[in-house]
Amino acid sequence: MKFSYYPGCTLKTRAAELDEAARAAAEALGVVMEELPEWQCCGAVYPLARDELATRMSAIRALDSAKQSNQPLLTLCSACHHVIKRVNNDMRTDADMRTKVNTYMDLNSPYSGETKVVHYLEMLRDTIGFDKIKECVINPMSGRKIAAYYGCMLLRPSGVMQFDNPENPSIMEDFISAVGALPVKYPYRNECCGGYVSIEARNVSREMSKKVMNSAVRRGADTIITACPLCLYNLNENGTGEIPVVYFTELLADALGVKTREGGLVHAC
Amino acid sequence: MHADEQRQTETIIRTSGVNVRKCMKCGKCSATCPNFAEMDIHPHRFVSMVEEGDVAALMRSKSLWRCLSCFACVERCPRGVEPAHLIEAVRMEVIRPQGGNRLRPEAVPALLDEKIPQQLIVSAFRKYSK
Repeated sequence: MKFSYYPGCTLKTRAAELDEAARAAAEALGVVMEELPEWQCCGAVYPLARDELATRMSAIRALDSAKQSNQPLLTLCSACHHVIKRVNNDMRTDADMRTKVNTYMDLNSPYSGETKVVHYLEMLRDTIGFDKIKECVINPMSGRKIAAYYGCMLLRPSGVMQFDNPENPSIMEDFISAVGALPVKYPYRNECCGGYVSIEARNVSREMSKKVMNSAVRRGADTIITACPLCLYNLNENGTGEIPVVYFTELLADALGVKTREGGLVHAC
Repeated sequence: MHADEQRQTETIIRTSGVNVRKCMKCGKCSATCPNFAEMDIHPHRFVSMVEEGDVAALMRSKSLWRCLSCFACVERCPRGVEPAHLIEAVRMEVIRPQGGNRLRPEAVPALLDEKIPQQLIVSAFRKYSK
């Protein structure tokens, strides 16, 4: 299976491990991630104001590029996924916006939301299947108690994101089971980490990140996994520091035995 | 109502896309807001104050800079009102005019640390500046 892939700005820099582990794991699982030839930063936050058009266009260029390749668009960072998926929904459902954007952008053919946007976790669940992943695990995470941190952007608003049950999600717990660890469910797994507000009010993020981490620790977790670089930063820097927070792809690459790619070789499953 | 405030109210309603009359005043948006304690004007009041055209106070509100865009209020509103969209529209009325930016590029170096993700800087600029 082949996907167009949108990495996003942070996955090329601070969150390089999120991207590298995802690529190595995909290779082992027989999935081709074809990075879009030219992509621009998605803007990291979805523009809520209806009259914001320019701030939607980098997402639309990425969506149109995937459409030209006739491939679904794979995302990895929660923020990129949120922005691209919601802008795609706007292009499909808002005729006024679609007309204005297409008139301005002058693409080869008008874009109307045709591309399917797929998060890496959805790809694992729906394209490969967690049962298949279980078979591919050569280094099971037995005895590990791992807590999934969903945060906000993958789940809400559920009408558009359609990722999982927004109040009681299970996709990340199913992923944790597939790699052989025990998933730890805890009350704060879909609460906010403080997001971008931590830039001017770190106390807000401290309060929230501590609640999240304490909640996971009380339920016995030894590690928290996330798909979002900002969640990881806030939980690690503003949380209690009691347990580590890592990207879910690092756990996957570790379980598949492809964590280090010496010589660039990945054994296929 | 002052003419400016009336124009601002109309702009806020238009750019948010929110129909404030759908609100049935249940207060669930504020009850579910994870940053309730940091806000001087709470999400349910944004809805009723915009409905009443009382937006000057909202434009001075600390809440504009404390809404996390976590979409808890949007998800849980039983009437689909989307209070976070109203807060964003009020913030736009504040930062769009000349000199309205909350975050300036010169301020960024002092805010950085070694681990800060680009995502955080970009998000903050999108939310606090135009």
